[in-house]
Amino acid sequence: MKDNSYNAVMSRKNEIMKNAIGIDYSTFENEGISFEYERMMRETGYTLEEMQKIQGETGVGNTPIFELRNMTALARKYSEPGKGARIFIKDEGGNPSGSFKARRAANAVYHAKKLGYKGVIAATSGNYGAAVASQAAMQGLKCIIVQETYDSKGMGQPEIVEKARKCEAYGAEVMQLSVGPELFYEFLLLLEETGYFNASLYTPFGIAGVETLGYELSMQMREKYGKDPDVVVCTNAGGGNLTGTARGLIKAGATDTQVVAASVDLSGLHMASDSQFNRKSFTTGHTGFGIPFSTYPDRSDVPRSAARPMRYMDRYVTVTQGEVFYMTEALAQIEGLERGPAGNTALAAAFSIAREMDQDQMIIVQETEYTGAGKHIQPQLSFARDNGIEIFFGNPVDQVPGVNIILPKTPDLIKAIDLDMTKTRKSVVKNAINANQATRVSEQDIQFLVAETKTDRTFVTETLKELGIEF
Amino acid sequence: MNAKKGEWVKIYRVILKPEERAPQVPDDTKLVPLEMWVKGFITADAELGDIVEVKTITGRMESGKLVEINPTYTHSFGNFVPELLQIGLDLKEILFGGDSVER
Repeated sequence: MKDNSYNAVMSRKNEIMKNAIGIDYSTFENEGISFEYERMMRETGYTLEEMQKIQGETGVGNTPIFELRNMTALARKYSEPGKGARIFIKDEGGNPSGSFKARRAANAVYHAKKLGYKGVIAATSGNYGAAVASQAAMQGLKCIIVQETYDSKGMGQPEIVEKARKCEAYGAEVMQLSVGPELFYEFLLLLEETGYFNASLYTPFGIAGVETLGYELSMQMREKYGKDPDVVVCTNAGGGNLTGTARGLIKAGATDTQVVAASVDLSGLHMASDSQFNRKSFTTGHTGFGIPFSTYPDRSDVPRSAARPMRYMDRYVTVTQGEVFYMTEALAQIEGLERGPAGNTALAAAFSIAREMDQDQMIIVQETEYTGAGKHIQPQLSFARDNGIEIFFGNPVDQVPGVNIILPKTPDLIKAIDLDMTKTRKSVVKNAINANQATRVSEQDIQFLVAETKTDRTFVTETLKELGIEF
Repeated sequence: MNAKKGEWVKIYRVILKPEERAPQVPDDTKLVPLEMWVKGFITADAELGDIVEVKTITGRMESGKLVEINPTYTHSFGNFVPELLQIGLDLKEILFGGDSVER
């Protein structure tokens, strides 16, 4: 009889993962702290053409881009003369499962089937679960989704409860858990029990699946407007959305396009806290995932995450829950597009950033998501109010996550707040050093850190000096 | 209430007791167990509260306390949030001005 205690299962983690993903990550490891990211992506992922074919066969991709003319007009009302870029949105909600996550899932499930797995398992409370379930339905594999749903009072976030329904609608088994990171333990047990494929969000094929989004976006903009967008805004949580999109843009040759990450500010709330679980109104796209995963991507459920957003990010901004809810309502009321709130995180940021840009420039939000019962501003705000969160009109800068949600009194109060990129990049270096308990790094490590931070040798060596690391 | 063999039910089980929780878990979370809910076809007649066995939709066997028979989705669009109405009115006023929207 196998020892299935928490510690015993966690100690079998690497072995379970190797069987459940079919990648031997150790072959990409170098001496020291670095690994060969591009080689891993090349040898275990798919080419752009292959991915387009795989996704095309299941109806994924080729989503339309809409110009948000009223949103642009609104932004210009609050801009300096000549300012106020044209705002666009890529309607990824049109994918089979209702979000861009179908792109990641299509590849992961295709890969699982190719390797002969009978089923797929994913640990996710969000759109990715629905995407994996939808793809599993299409490709004839079994599917189990493990989600963190309830607090200890048995109260579930409406958005997550809805996601369970959607997964079950596609024929998946949904295991729901109460709050806590030990979800990973149960996830490992299920992988071991079933022998299914780990359809992790962070594998090379999953991330490569999003490259088609960036590529497609560039091609569509060139065809219709004759040039690439000046800025692409990505809602950022685990980093895969931004990583894949940016890699796709690079493959399209859109190297002058600025890539901006946007997360909902949930500072002060602990993501694994039972009592704070239902005091937040966003279950993804927030700083509670965005910052830790950006600064230390290898905290994910695979040994080396293929989502490494700091390699591609030019700027990182936060917006507030109230601003995103406001923009979600605005999108419906002035653009006639009713979409889910979480995907509109980047829209709130884009509305603010557009005001800094020239009128002949273009800014695009690269996703939308489906909406419905539970997963909609109305039930999410109603749930917040029931949980004692104050909701009122005011200035969003005064918001306190977990205490109130401040809807901007006027649209000019919507203001994306820049995170300090230097500090964030230094955290990438520090976390890579700490994770390996390194005291000295090689030239190969330095070059790795340059790529990991999208900086130069001077930045990395100066940071290493500050940390007291020899090189 | 009784469940007949073969009916679709929801069961509940504690995965980790408070004292078994992971070291990195915050203090408030350590006070409570890690709980699990899953649905399946019940393998024998039982009453609510009984420890039962189910076969899940993927064919796995799971056991736990019977908590619901024919489990129903109850999530909705929540209670009305009046503030949302105001947003549309404000934006239309700003963009299209006063009565012009009605012309």
